[in-house]
Amino acid sequence: MKKITALYRRELSYYFQSPVAYAVTTLFLLLSGYFFYNLLGYFNLESMQAMQSPMQARMLSLTSSVLAPLFGNMSSVLLLMLPLLTMRLFSEERRSGSAELLFTYPVTDAQVILGKFLAAVTVHAVMLAMTIPFPALLYHFANPEPGPILSGYLGLFLMGVAFIAMGLFFSALSESQMVAGAMTFGCALLFLVIGWMTPFVGGASAAVLSQLSMVKHLDGMARGVIDTNDLIFYLNLTLFFLFMCARVLDSARWRS
Amino acid sequence: MIEVSSLSRRYGSRDAVVDLSFRIPAGEIVGILGPNGAGKTTTLRMLTGYLPPTSGEARVAGHDVLTDSMRVRERIGYLPESVPLYRDLTVSSYLDLVATLKGMPRAGRRERIAEIVESCGLTEVFTRRIGALSRGYRQRTGLAQALVNDPDVLFLDEPTVGLDPRQIVEIRELIRGLAGRRTIMLSTHILPEVGHLCQRVLIIHRGRLISDGPPDQLQQQSGRTSSVEIEARGAGTAATAAVSEVAGVTGVEIIEERDGVVKLRVHPAAGADPREAIAQALAAAHVSLRSMTLSTATLEDVFMQLVTREEAP
Repeated sequence: MKKITALYRRELSYYFQSPVAYAVTTLFLLLSGYFFYNLLGYFNLESMQAMQSPMQARMLSLTSSVLAPLFGNMSSVLLLMLPLLTMRLFSEERRSGSAELLFTYPVTDAQVILGKFLAAVTVHAVMLAMTIPFPALLYHFANPEPGPILSGYLGLFLMGVAFIAMGLFFSALSESQMVAGAMTFGCALLFLVIGWMTPFVGGASAAVLSQLSMVKHLDGMARGVIDTNDLIFYLNLTLFFLFMCARVLDSARWRS
Repeated sequence: MIEVSSLSRRYGSRDAVVDLSFRIPAGEIVGILGPNGAGKTTTLRMLTGYLPPTSGEARVAGHDVLTDSMRVRERIGYLPESVPLYRDLTVSSYLDLVATLKGMPRAGRRERIAEIVESCGLTEVFTRRIGALSRGYRQRTGLAQALVNDPDVLFLDEPTVGLDPRQIVEIRELIRGLAGRRTIMLSTHILPEVGHLCQRVLIIHRGRLISDGPPDQLQQQSGRTSSVEIEARGAGTAATAAVSEVAGVTGVEIIEERDGVVKLRVHPAAGADPREAIAQALAAAHVSLRSMTLSTATLEDVFMQLVTREEAP
Protein backbone atom coordinates (compact mmCIF):
# COMPACT_ATOMS: atom_id res chain seq x y z
CA MET A 1 0.00 0.00 0.00
CA LYS A 2 2.86 2.38 0.87
CA LYS A 3 4.42 1.62 -2.48
CA ILE A 4 1.19 2.38 -4.35
CA THR A 5 0.92 5.67 -2.47
CA ALA A 6 4.52 6.57 -3.35
CA LEU A 7 3.94 5.84 -7.05
CA TYR A 8 0.62 7.68 -6.93
CA ARG A 9 2.21 10.79 -5.42
CA ARG A 10 5.05 10.70 -7.91
CA GLU A 11 2.63 10.67 -10.88
CA LEU A 12 0.37 13.28 -9.35
CA SER A 13 3.28 15.61 -8.69
CA TYR A 14 4.36 15.14 -12.29
CA TYR A 15 0.90 16.14 -13.52
CA PHE A 16 0.81 19.28 -11.41
CA GLN A 17 4.45 20.30 -11.85
CA SER A 18 4.29 20.05 -15.61
CA PRO A 19 1.84 22.00 -17.77
CA VAL A 20 -0.10 18.82 -18.59
CA ALA A 21 -2.78 18.94 -15.90
CA TYR A 22 -3.24 22.71 -16.25
CA ALA A 23 -3.54 22.67 -20.03
CA VAL A 24 -5.97 19.76 -20.05
CA THR A 25 -8.10 21.17 -17.23
CA THR A 26 -8.21 24.65 -18.76
CA LEU A 27 -9.32 23.36 -22.15
CA PHE A 28 -11.88 21.09 -20.55
CA LEU A 29 -13.36 23.93 -18.51
CA LEU A 30 -13.38 26.37 -21.45
CA LEU A 31 -15.17 23.93 -23.74
CA SER A 32 -17.59 22.74 -21.07
CA GLY A 33 -18.34 26.35 -20.17
CA TYR A 34 -19.01 27.15 -23.79
CA PHE A 35 -21.48 24.26 -24.07
CA PHE A 36 -23.14 25.24 -20.80
CA TYR A 37 -23.52 28.85 -21.96
CA ASN A 38 -25.12 27.79 -25.24
CA LEU A 39 -27.50 25.30 -23.68
CA LEU A 40 -28.58 27.88 -21.16
CA GLY A 41 -29.02 30.47 -23.90
CA TYR A 42 -31.30 28.16 -25.86
CA PHE A 43 -33.21 27.31 -22.73
CA ASN A 44 -33.70 31.01 -22.15
CA LEU A 45 -35.11 31.47 -25.66
CA GLU A 46 -37.43 28.52 -25.25
CA SER A 47 -38.66 29.89 -21.93
CA MET A 48 -39.51 33.22 -23.60
CA GLN A 49 -41.51 31.44 -26.29
CA ALA A 50 -43.19 29.25 -23.68
CA MET A 51 -44.66 32.32 -22.05
CA GLN A 52 -47.10 32.46 -24.99
CA SER A 53 -48.04 28.77 -24.87
CA PRO A 54 -48.75 27.02 -21.59
CA MET A 55 -48.56 23.63 -23.35
CA GLN A 56 -44.94 24.20 -24.24
CA ALA A 57 -44.21 25.54 -20.78
CA ARG A 58 -45.15 22.27 -19.19
CA MET A 59 -42.61 20.41 -21.35
CA LEU A 60 -39.74 22.67 -20.27
CA SER A 61 -37.29 21.22 -17.78
CA LEU A 62 -33.76 22.17 -16.82
CA THR A 63 -32.87 18.50 -16.50
CA SER A 64 -33.76 17.47 -20.01
CA SER A 65 -32.94 20.72 -21.82
CA VAL A 66 -29.74 21.77 -20.07
CA LEU A 67 -28.24 19.14 -17.76
CA ALA A 68 -28.68 15.97 -19.81
CA PRO A 69 -27.23 17.51 -23.00
CA LEU A 70 -24.50 19.21 -20.97
CA PHE A 71 -23.35 15.88 -19.54
CA GLY A 72 -23.46 14.43 -23.06
CA ASN A 73 -21.27 17.25 -24.35
CA MET A 74 -18.88 17.00 -21.45
CA SER A 75 -18.43 13.30 -22.16
CA SER A 76 -17.20 14.21 -25.66
CA VAL A 77 -14.75 16.75 -24.24
CA LEU A 78 -13.48 14.12 -21.79
CA LEU A 79 -12.99 11.79 -24.72
CA LEU A 80 -10.63 14.37 -26.21
CA MET A 81 -8.81 15.26 -23.01
CA LEU A 82 -8.29 12.04 -21.05
CA PRO A 83 -6.01 10.35 -23.62
CA LEU A 84 -3.68 13.32 -23.15
CA LEU A 85 -3.46 12.49 -19.46
CA THR A 86 -2.87 8.77 -19.86
CA MET A 87 -0.69 8.51 -22.95
CA ARG A 88 2.63 9.12 -21.22
CA LEU A 89 2.10 6.90 -18.17
CA PHE A 90 3.86 3.78 -19.45
CA SER A 91 5.14 4.96 -22.84
CA GLU A 92 7.48 7.44 -21.22
CA GLU A 93 8.84 4.89 -18.75
CA ARG A 94 9.65 2.56 -21.60
CA ARG A 95 11.04 5.21 -23.94
CA SER A 96 13.34 6.73 -21.34
CA GLY A 97 14.39 3.32 -20.03
CA SER A 98 13.26 4.06 -16.48
CA ALA A 99 11.00 1.01 -16.73
CA GLU A 100 14.17 -1.04 -16.41
CA LEU A 101 14.76 0.42 -12.96
CA LEU A 102 11.13 0.48 -11.92
CA PHE A 103 10.66 -3.20 -12.71
CA THR A 104 13.78 -4.25 -10.84
CA TYR A 105 12.53 -2.61 -7.65
CA PRO A 106 10.54 -4.88 -5.36
CA VAL A 107 7.18 -3.61 -6.63
CA THR A 108 4.60 -5.70 -8.45
CA ASP A 109 3.12 -4.75 -11.81
CA ALA A 110 -0.25 -4.38 -10.11
CA GLN A 111 1.13 -1.81 -7.68
CA VAL A 112 2.63 0.22 -10.53
CA ILE A 113 -0.59 0.08 -12.54
CA LEU A 114 -2.73 1.10 -9.57
CA GLY A 115 -0.47 4.00 -8.63
CA LYS A 116 -0.58 5.44 -12.13
CA PHE A 117 -4.27 4.69 -12.59
CA LEU A 118 -5.29 6.40 -9.35
CA ALA A 119 -3.19 9.48 -10.15
CA ALA A 120 -4.93 9.95 -13.52
CA VAL A 121 -8.31 9.30 -11.90
CA THR A 122 -7.54 12.03 -9.36
CA VAL A 123 -6.81 14.60 -12.06
CA HIS A 124 -10.03 13.55 -13.79
CA ALA A 125 -11.99 13.99 -10.55
CA VAL A 126 -10.45 17.43 -9.97
CA MET A 127 -11.43 18.40 -13.50
CA LEU A 128 -15.03 17.38 -12.94
CA ALA A 129 -15.15 19.04 -9.54
CA MET A 130 -14.16 22.33 -11.13
CA THR A 131 -17.36 22.32 -13.22
CA ILE A 132 -19.50 22.46 -10.08
CA PRO A 133 -20.09 26.22 -10.62
CA PHE A 134 -22.36 25.28 -13.58
CA PRO A 135 -25.05 23.52 -11.51
CA ALA A 136 -24.41 26.00 -8.69
CA LEU A 137 -25.39 28.82 -11.06
CA LEU A 138 -28.57 26.95 -11.95
CA TYR A 139 -29.39 26.72 -8.26
CA HIS A 140 -28.86 30.43 -7.91
CA PHE A 141 -31.39 31.34 -10.63
CA ALA A 142 -33.75 28.35 -10.71
CA ASN A 143 -34.64 25.23 -8.89
CA PRO A 144 -33.24 22.15 -10.65
CA GLU A 145 -33.67 18.63 -9.30
CA PRO A 146 -30.54 17.56 -7.34
CA GLY A 147 -30.84 13.83 -8.23
CA PRO A 148 -30.01 14.01 -11.95
CA ILE A 149 -27.09 16.33 -11.25
CA LEU A 150 -25.49 13.88 -8.84
CA SER A 151 -26.18 10.84 -10.99
CA GLY A 152 -24.97 12.68 -14.09
CA TYR A 153 -21.67 13.45 -12.41
CA LEU A 154 -21.38 9.86 -11.24
CA GLY A 155 -21.92 8.70 -14.83
CA LEU A 156 -19.32 11.10 -16.22
CA PHE A 157 -16.83 10.11 -13.55
CA LEU A 158 -17.26 6.38 -14.20
CA MET A 159 -17.02 6.86 -17.94
CA GLY A 160 -13.80 8.84 -17.51
CA VAL A 161 -12.38 6.14 -15.26
CA ALA A 162 -13.06 3.58 -17.99
CA PHE A 163 -11.32 5.84 -20.54
CA ILE A 164 -8.32 6.12 -18.22
CA ALA A 165 -8.05 2.34 -17.85
CA MET A 166 -8.21 2.11 -21.64
CA GLY A 167 -5.50 4.78 -21.94
CA LEU A 168 -3.26 2.97 -19.49
CA PHE A 169 -3.58 -0.22 -21.53
CA PHE A 170 -2.60 1.49 -24.79
CA SER A 171 0.22 3.34 -23.05
CA ALA A 172 1.67 0.02 -21.95
CA LEU A 173 1.37 -1.20 -25.51
CA SER A 174 3.45 1.45 -27.22
CA GLU A 175 6.72 3.23 -26.58
CA SER A 176 5.40 6.27 -28.43
CA GLN A 177 3.11 8.64 -26.57
CA MET A 178 1.53 9.73 -29.84
CA VAL A 179 0.60 6.20 -30.81
CA ALA A 180 -0.72 5.45 -27.32
CA GLY A 181 -2.81 8.64 -27.29
CA ALA A 182 -4.19 8.12 -30.79
CA MET A 183 -5.14 4.51 -30.09
CA THR A 184 -6.86 5.46 -26.84
CA PHE A 185 -8.77 8.21 -28.59
CA GLY A 186 -9.84 5.91 -31.43
CA CYS A 187 -10.90 3.12 -29.12
CA ALA A 188 -12.83 5.43 -26.80
CA LEU A 189 -14.56 7.10 -29.75
CA LEU A 190 -15.60 3.70 -31.04
CA PHE A 191 -17.19 2.90 -27.69
CA LEU A 192 -19.02 6.22 -27.84
CA VAL A 193 -20.52 5.78 -31.32
CA ILE A 194 -20.91 2.01 -31.53
CA GLY A 195 -24.62 2.31 -30.69
CA TRP A 196 -25.31 4.16 -33.94
CA MET A 197 -25.39 0.88 -35.81
CA THR A 198 -28.19 -0.65 -33.78
CA PRO A 199 -31.19 0.60 -35.86
CA PHE A 200 -30.20 -1.29 -38.99
CA VAL A 201 -28.29 -4.37 -37.75
CA GLY A 202 -31.18 -5.66 -35.71
CA GLY A 203 -31.48 -8.87 -33.72
CA ALA A 204 -29.03 -10.12 -31.17
CA SER A 205 -26.07 -8.13 -32.51
CA ALA A 206 -28.03 -4.92 -32.06
CA ALA A 207 -28.65 -5.81 -28.43
CA VAL A 208 -24.96 -6.52 -27.87
CA LEU A 209 -23.87 -3.33 -29.65
CA SER A 210 -26.28 -1.16 -27.71
CA GLN A 211 -24.99 -2.67 -24.46
CA LEU A 212 -21.46 -1.72 -25.48
CA SER A 213 -22.40 1.87 -26.17
CA MET A 214 -21.00 4.40 -23.71
CA VAL A 215 -23.72 6.88 -24.67
CA LYS A 216 -26.51 4.52 -23.80
CA HIS A 217 -25.05 3.87 -20.35
CA LEU A 218 -24.45 7.55 -19.71
CA ASP A 219 -27.88 8.67 -20.91
CA GLY A 220 -29.83 7.09 -18.10
CA MET A 221 -27.58 8.58 -15.44
CA ALA A 222 -27.66 12.02 -17.06
CA ARG A 223 -31.46 11.88 -16.61
CA GLY A 224 -31.26 10.76 -13.03
CA VAL A 225 -31.64 7.00 -13.42
CA ILE A 226 -28.95 4.94 -11.68
CA ASP A 227 -29.17 1.44 -13.10
CA THR A 228 -26.85 -1.31 -11.80
CA ASN A 229 -26.53 -2.41 -15.43
CA ASP A 230 -24.77 0.88 -16.23
CA LEU A 231 -22.59 0.79 -13.13
CA ILE A 232 -21.48 -2.75 -13.86
CA PHE A 233 -20.78 -1.87 -17.47
CA TYR A 234 -18.30 0.87 -16.53
CA LEU A 235 -16.78 -1.19 -13.75
CA ASN A 236 -16.29 -4.18 -16.06
CA LEU A 237 -14.77 -2.08 -18.79
CA THR A 238 -12.33 -0.53 -16.31
CA LEU A 239 -11.32 -3.85 -14.79
CA PHE A 240 -10.98 -5.44 -18.22
CA PHE A 241 -8.53 -2.82 -19.45
CA LEU A 242 -6.55 -2.78 -16.18
CA PHE A 243 -6.24 -6.53 -16.41
CA MET A 244 -5.17 -6.34 -20.06
CA CYS A 245 -2.63 -3.71 -19.09
CA ALA A 246 -1.09 -6.11 -16.57
CA ARG A 247 -0.97 -8.83 -19.23
CA VAL A 248 0.78 -6.48 -21.65
CA LEU A 249 3.43 -5.52 -19.08
CA ASP A 250 4.03 -9.17 -18.36
CA SER A 251 4.29 -10.25 -21.98
CA ALA A 252 6.48 -7.29 -22.95
CA ARG A 253 9.12 -8.80 -20.70
CA TRP A 254 9.18 -12.03 -22.67
CA ARG A 255 9.11 -10.41 -26.06
CA SER A 256 11.60 -7.59 -25.65
CA MET B 1 25.94 -15.19 -3.88
CA ILE B 2 25.26 -15.47 -7.61
CA GLU B 3 24.74 -18.90 -9.12
CA VAL B 4 24.08 -19.21 -12.81
CA SER B 5 23.62 -22.49 -14.62
CA SER B 6 23.20 -22.86 -18.38
CA LEU B 7 21.42 -19.54 -18.65
CA SER B 8 20.26 -18.66 -22.17
CA ARG B 9 18.25 -15.90 -23.70
CA ARG B 10 16.96 -15.55 -27.24
CA TYR B 11 15.49 -12.48 -28.89
CA GLY B 12 13.33 -13.94 -31.60
CA SER B 13 15.76 -16.05 -33.61
CA ARG B 14 18.88 -14.32 -32.32
CA ASP B 15 20.82 -15.82 -29.43
CA ALA B 16 21.87 -13.07 -27.02
CA VAL B 17 23.23 -15.29 -24.26
CA VAL B 18 24.06 -18.97 -24.69
CA ASP B 19 24.51 -21.54 -21.95
CA LEU B 20 26.15 -19.30 -19.39
CA SER B 21 27.29 -20.90 -16.14
CA PHE B 22 29.29 -19.45 -13.27
CA ARG B 23 29.27 -19.01 -9.51
CA ILE B 24 30.28 -15.90 -7.67
CA PRO B 25 30.91 -16.10 -3.92
CA ALA B 26 29.91 -13.30 -1.57
CA GLY B 27 32.15 -10.25 -1.42
CA GLU B 28 33.78 -10.64 -4.81
CA ILE B 29 34.06 -7.89 -7.41
CA VAL B 30 33.58 -9.42 -10.81
CA GLY B 31 33.87 -7.75 -14.20
CA ILE B 32 31.99 -8.90 -17.27
CA LEU B 33 34.03 -8.02 -20.27
CA GLY B 34 33.10 -8.23 -23.88
CA PRO B 35 32.77 -6.27 -27.09
CA ASN B 36 29.56 -4.32 -27.68
CA GLY B 37 26.62 -6.62 -28.25
CA ALA B 38 28.30 -9.58 -26.57
CA GLY B 39 25.41 -10.12 -24.16
CA LYS B 40 26.65 -8.29 -21.08
CA THR B 41 23.54 -6.16 -20.60
CA THR B 42 21.22 -9.09 -21.31
CA THR B 43 23.02 -11.11 -18.64
CA LEU B 44 22.65 -8.33 -16.07
CA ARG B 45 18.99 -7.84 -16.99
CA MET B 46 18.32 -11.52 -16.38
CA LEU B 47 20.12 -11.49 -13.04
CA THR B 48 18.17 -8.44 -11.88
CA GLY B 49 14.84 -10.03 -12.80
CA TYR B 50 14.01 -7.55 -15.56
CA LEU B 51 14.23 -10.11 -18.34
CA PRO B 52 13.17 -13.72 -17.87
CA PRO B 53 15.70 -16.23 -19.24
CA THR B 54 14.65 -18.42 -22.16
CA SER B 55 16.18 -21.41 -20.44
CA GLY B 56 18.52 -22.19 -17.59
CA GLU B 57 18.45 -20.96 -14.07
CA ALA B 58 19.93 -18.16 -12.01
CA ARG B 59 19.93 -17.62 -8.28
CA VAL B 60 20.87 -14.31 -6.72
CA ALA B 61 21.25 -13.92 -2.95
CA GLY B 62 19.80 -17.39 -2.57
CA HIS B 63 16.58 -16.83 -4.52
CA ASP B 64 15.59 -17.84 -8.03
CA VAL B 65 15.35 -14.76 -10.27
CA LEU B 66 12.31 -16.09 -12.09
CA THR B 67 10.14 -17.72 -9.44
CA ASP B 68 11.18 -15.61 -6.47
CA SER B 69 11.80 -12.33 -8.25
CA MET B 70 10.49 -10.05 -5.49
CA ARG B 71 12.87 -11.52 -2.91
CA VAL B 72 15.78 -11.06 -5.29
CA ARG B 73 14.79 -7.48 -6.06
CA GLU B 74 14.77 -6.64 -2.36
CA ARG B 75 18.39 -7.69 -1.99
CA ILE B 76 19.94 -6.11 -5.07
CA GLY B 77 20.87 -2.71 -6.42
CA TYR B 78 21.05 -2.08 -10.15
CA LEU B 79 22.40 0.72 -12.27
CA PRO B 80 21.45 0.34 -15.95
CA GLU B 81 23.79 1.67 -18.60
CA SER B 82 21.62 4.61 -19.66
CA VAL B 83 21.11 5.76 -16.03
CA PRO B 84 17.36 6.25 -16.55
CA LEU B 85 16.37 8.43 -13.59
CA TYR B 86 13.27 10.58 -13.28
CA ARG B 87 14.63 13.91 -14.48
CA ASP B 88 11.76 15.99 -13.15
CA LEU B 89 12.48 15.02 -9.52
CA THR B 90 15.12 16.44 -7.19
CA VAL B 91 17.85 14.13 -5.93
CA SER B 92 16.22 14.28 -2.52
CA SER B 93 12.69 13.34 -3.58
CA TYR B 94 14.00 10.76 -6.03
CA LEU B 95 15.99 8.90 -3.39
CA ASP B 96 13.01 9.09 -1.06
CA LEU B 97 10.76 7.57 -3.74
CA VAL B 98 13.25 4.77 -4.43
CA ALA B 99 13.60 4.09 -0.70
CA THR B 100 9.82 3.66 -0.40
CA LEU B 101 9.64 1.46 -3.50
CA LYS B 102 12.43 -0.69 -2.13
CA GLY B 103 10.39 -1.13 1.03
CA MET B 104 12.60 0.72 3.48
CA PRO B 105 10.86 1.49 6.75
CA ARG B 106 10.26 5.17 7.57
CA ALA B 107 12.34 4.90 10.72
CA GLY B 108 16.00 5.48 10.00
CA ARG B 109 15.41 6.24 6.33
CA ARG B 110 16.49 9.87 6.64
CA GLU B 111 19.79 8.84 8.20
CA ARG B 112 20.36 6.11 5.64
CA ILE B 113 19.75 8.49 2.73
CA ALA B 114 21.97 11.16 4.30
CA GLU B 115 24.73 8.58 4.68
CA ILE B 116 24.52 7.51 1.04
CA VAL B 117 24.33 11.07 -0.21
CA GLU B 118 27.46 11.81 1.77
CA SER B 119 29.39 8.78 0.54
CA CYS B 120 28.36 9.34 -3.09
CA GLY B 121 29.37 13.00 -2.90
CA LEU B 122 25.89 14.33 -3.65
CA THR B 123 25.54 16.73 -0.74
CA GLU B 124 25.83 19.91 -2.77
CA VAL B 125 23.24 18.86 -5.37
CA PHE B 126 20.79 17.26 -2.92
CA THR B 127 17.99 19.73 -3.65
CA ARG B 128 18.64 20.11 -7.37
CA ARG B 129 16.54 18.60 -10.16
CA ILE B 130 18.15 15.49 -11.66
CA GLY B 131 17.55 16.80 -15.19
CA ALA B 132 19.78 19.80 -14.40
CA LEU B 133 22.71 17.73 -13.15
CA SER B 134 25.91 16.97 -15.03
CA ARG B 135 26.58 13.46 -16.31
CA GLY B 136 28.93 12.74 -13.41
CA TYR B 137 26.42 13.73 -10.75
CA ARG B 138 23.67 11.81 -12.51
CA GLN B 139 25.90 8.73 -12.45
CA ARG B 140 26.42 9.22 -8.71
CA THR B 141 22.70 9.62 -8.19
CA GLY B 142 22.24 6.40 -10.12
CA LEU B 143 24.72 4.71 -7.85
CA ALA B 144 22.99 6.18 -4.80
CA GLN B 145 19.59 4.80 -5.84
CA ALA B 146 21.16 1.37 -6.29
CA LEU B 147 22.63 1.56 -2.78
CA VAL B 148 19.62 2.93 -0.95
CA ASN B 149 18.37 -0.44 0.31
CA ASP B 150 21.86 -1.53 1.42
CA PRO B 151 21.91 -4.35 -1.15
CA ASP B 152 23.91 -7.55 -0.86
CA VAL B 153 24.53 -7.65 -4.58
CA LEU B 154 25.22 -4.69 -6.80
CA PHE B 155 24.88 -4.84 -10.60
CA LEU B 156 26.50 -1.99 -12.51
CA ASP B 157 26.16 -1.81 -16.29
CA GLU B 158 29.01 0.23 -17.77
CA PRO B 159 29.29 2.47 -14.71
CA THR B 160 31.95 4.80 -16.15
CA VAL B 161 30.75 5.17 -19.72
CA GLY B 162 30.38 8.78 -20.87
CA LEU B 163 32.33 10.29 -17.99
CA ASP B 164 35.42 12.47 -18.21
CA PRO B 165 38.74 11.03 -16.95
CA ARG B 166 38.50 12.74 -13.56
CA GLN B 167 34.95 11.50 -13.02
CA ILE B 168 35.97 8.00 -14.09
CA VAL B 169 38.62 7.94 -11.37
CA GLU B 170 36.09 9.22 -8.82
CA ILE B 171 33.46 6.66 -9.69
CA ARG B 172 36.05 3.88 -9.59
CA GLU B 173 37.15 5.02 -6.16
CA LEU B 174 33.52 5.02 -5.08
CA ILE B 175 32.98 1.48 -6.36
CA ARG B 176 36.17 0.26 -4.74
CA GLY B 177 34.95 1.77 -1.49
CA LEU B 178 31.76 -0.27 -1.73
CA ALA B 179 33.58 -3.56 -1.93
CA GLY B 180 34.06 -5.86 0.98
CA ARG B 181 30.84 -7.23 2.31
CA ARG B 182 29.00 -6.57 -0.94
CA THR B 183 29.16 -8.65 -4.10
CA ILE B 184 29.60 -6.42 -7.12
CA MET B 185 29.17 -7.38 -10.74
CA LEU B 186 30.03 -4.75 -13.29
CA SER B 187 30.06 -4.89 -17.04
CA THR B 188 32.44 -2.92 -19.18
CA HIS B 189 34.15 -2.89 -22.51
CA ILE B 190 37.00 -0.79 -21.15
CA LEU B 191 39.79 -3.20 -20.28
CA PRO B 192 41.95 -1.27 -17.80
CA GLU B 193 38.86 -0.80 -15.66
CA VAL B 194 38.72 -4.51 -15.00
CA GLY B 195 42.36 -4.61 -13.99
CA HIS B 196 41.77 -1.70 -11.63
CA LEU B 197 38.64 -2.92 -9.94
CA CYS B 198 38.01 -6.61 -10.28
CA GLN B 199 39.32 -9.71 -8.61
CA ARG B 200 37.84 -11.83 -11.34
CA VAL B 201 36.96 -11.36 -14.98
CA LEU B 202 34.35 -13.12 -17.08
CA ILE B 203 34.88 -12.60 -20.78
CA ILE B 204 31.78 -12.97 -22.90
CA HIS B 205 31.83 -13.08 -26.64
CA ARG B 206 28.76 -13.60 -28.81
CA GLY B 207 26.76 -14.60 -25.76
CA ARG B 208 29.18 -17.32 -24.64
CA LEU B 209 31.55 -17.36 -21.70
CA ILE B 210 35.03 -17.77 -23.19
CA SER B 211 37.19 -17.08 -20.17
CA ASP B 212 36.88 -16.89 -16.40
CA GLY B 213 39.61 -16.03 -13.91
CA PRO B 214 41.56 -13.31 -12.11
CA PRO B 215 42.97 -10.59 -14.41
CA ASP B 216 46.62 -11.65 -13.95
CA GLN B 217 45.88 -15.31 -14.51
CA LEU B 218 44.23 -14.37 -17.77
CA GLN B 219 47.49 -12.99 -19.05
CA GLN B 220 49.26 -16.26 -18.42
CA GLN B 221 46.38 -18.17 -19.94
CA SER B 222 46.74 -16.31 -23.20
CA GLY B 223 50.22 -17.86 -23.58
CA ARG B 224 51.87 -14.52 -24.22
CA THR B 225 53.30 -13.43 -20.92
CA SER B 226 55.85 -10.76 -21.67
CA SER B 227 58.66 -9.75 -23.96
CA VAL B 228 61.86 -7.72 -23.61
CA GLU B 229 62.66 -5.02 -26.11
CA ILE B 230 66.29 -4.11 -26.58
CA GLU B 231 68.00 -1.30 -28.43
CA ALA B 232 71.75 -1.69 -28.90
CA ARG B 233 74.60 -0.31 -31.01
CA GLY B 234 76.33 -3.07 -32.98
CA ALA B 235 75.69 -5.64 -35.69
CA GLY B 236 72.29 -7.32 -35.64
CA THR B 237 73.70 -10.83 -36.17
CA ALA B 238 76.22 -10.50 -33.33
CA ALA B 239 73.55 -9.21 -30.94
CA THR B 240 71.09 -11.95 -31.89
CA ALA B 241 73.71 -14.64 -31.46
CA ALA B 242 74.72 -13.32 -28.04
CA VAL B 243 71.19 -12.99 -26.72
CA SER B 244 69.95 -16.37 -27.92
CA GLU B 245 72.75 -18.03 -25.92
CA VAL B 246 71.28 -16.67 -22.68
CA ALA B 247 69.46 -19.18 -20.46
CA GLY B 248 65.71 -18.55 -20.25
CA VAL B 249 65.42 -17.02 -23.73
CA THR B 250 63.22 -18.94 -26.12
CA GLY B 251 63.32 -16.66 -29.14
CA VAL B 252 64.86 -13.51 -30.56
CA GLU B 253 63.72 -11.44 -33.51
CA ILE B 254 65.11 -8.32 -35.12
CA ILE B 255 62.56 -5.55 -35.35
CA GLU B 256 64.70 -2.92 -37.00
CA GLU B 257 68.34 -2.31 -37.94
CA ARG B 258 69.40 1.18 -39.00
CA ASP B 259 72.52 3.37 -38.73
CA GLY B 260 74.36 0.73 -36.72
CA VAL B 261 71.60 0.55 -34.14
CA VAL B 262 69.59 -2.66 -33.80
CA LYS B 263 66.25 -3.24 -32.12
CA LEU B 264 65.47 -6.73 -30.90
CA ARG B 265 62.47 -8.39 -29.34
CA VAL B 266 63.34 -11.23 -26.96
CA HIS B 267 60.80 -13.80 -25.83
CA PRO B 268 61.67 -15.22 -22.42
CA ALA B 269 60.46 -18.58 -21.18
CA ALA B 270 57.34 -18.50 -19.01
CA GLY B 271 58.11 -17.00 -15.61
CA ALA B 272 61.71 -16.14 -16.48
CA ASP B 273 63.18 -12.64 -16.35
CA PRO B 274 66.60 -12.82 -18.09
CA ARG B 275 67.25 -9.07 -18.30
CA GLU B 276 70.50 -8.96 -16.32
CA ALA B 277 71.86 -12.00 -18.16
CA ILE B 278 71.05 -10.39 -21.49
CA ALA B 279 72.92 -7.21 -20.52
CA GLN B 280 76.01 -9.19 -19.55
CA ALA B 281 75.88 -11.32 -22.72
CA LEU B 282 75.67 -8.20 -24.88
CA ALA B 283 78.58 -6.58 -23.06
CA ALA B 284 80.66 -9.74 -23.54
CA ALA B 285 79.92 -9.65 -27.29
CA HIS B 286 80.99 -5.96 -27.41
CA VAL B 287 77.53 -4.77 -28.34
CA SER B 288 76.68 -1.61 -26.36
CA LEU B 289 73.25 -1.63 -24.80
CA ARG B 290 71.22 1.60 -25.21
CA SER B 291 67.92 0.61 -23.62
CA MET B 292 65.98 -2.39 -22.46
CA THR B 293 62.27 -2.57 -21.49
CA LEU B 294 60.10 -5.37 -20.23
CA SER B 295 56.59 -5.20 -21.65
CA THR B 296 53.89 -7.32 -20.11
CA ALA B 297 50.95 -8.44 -22.23
CA THR B 298 48.05 -6.10 -21.56
CA LEU B 299 44.48 -7.20 -21.07
CA GLU B 300 43.85 -5.80 -24.56
CA ASP B 301 46.28 -8.35 -26.00
CA VAL B 302 44.67 -11.15 -24.03
CA PHE B 303 41.23 -10.05 -24.97
CA MET B 304 41.99 -9.71 -28.66
CA GLN B 305 43.67 -13.06 -28.64
CA LEU B 306 40.80 -14.83 -26.92
CA VAL B 307 38.25 -13.22 -29.17
CA THR B 308 40.11 -13.95 -32.39
CA ARG B 309 40.87 -17.51 -31.29
CA GLU B 310 37.15 -17.95 -30.70
CA GLU B 311 36.28 -16.57 -34.11
CA ALA B 312 38.87 -18.64 -36.00
CA PRO B 313 36.90 -21.98 -35.60
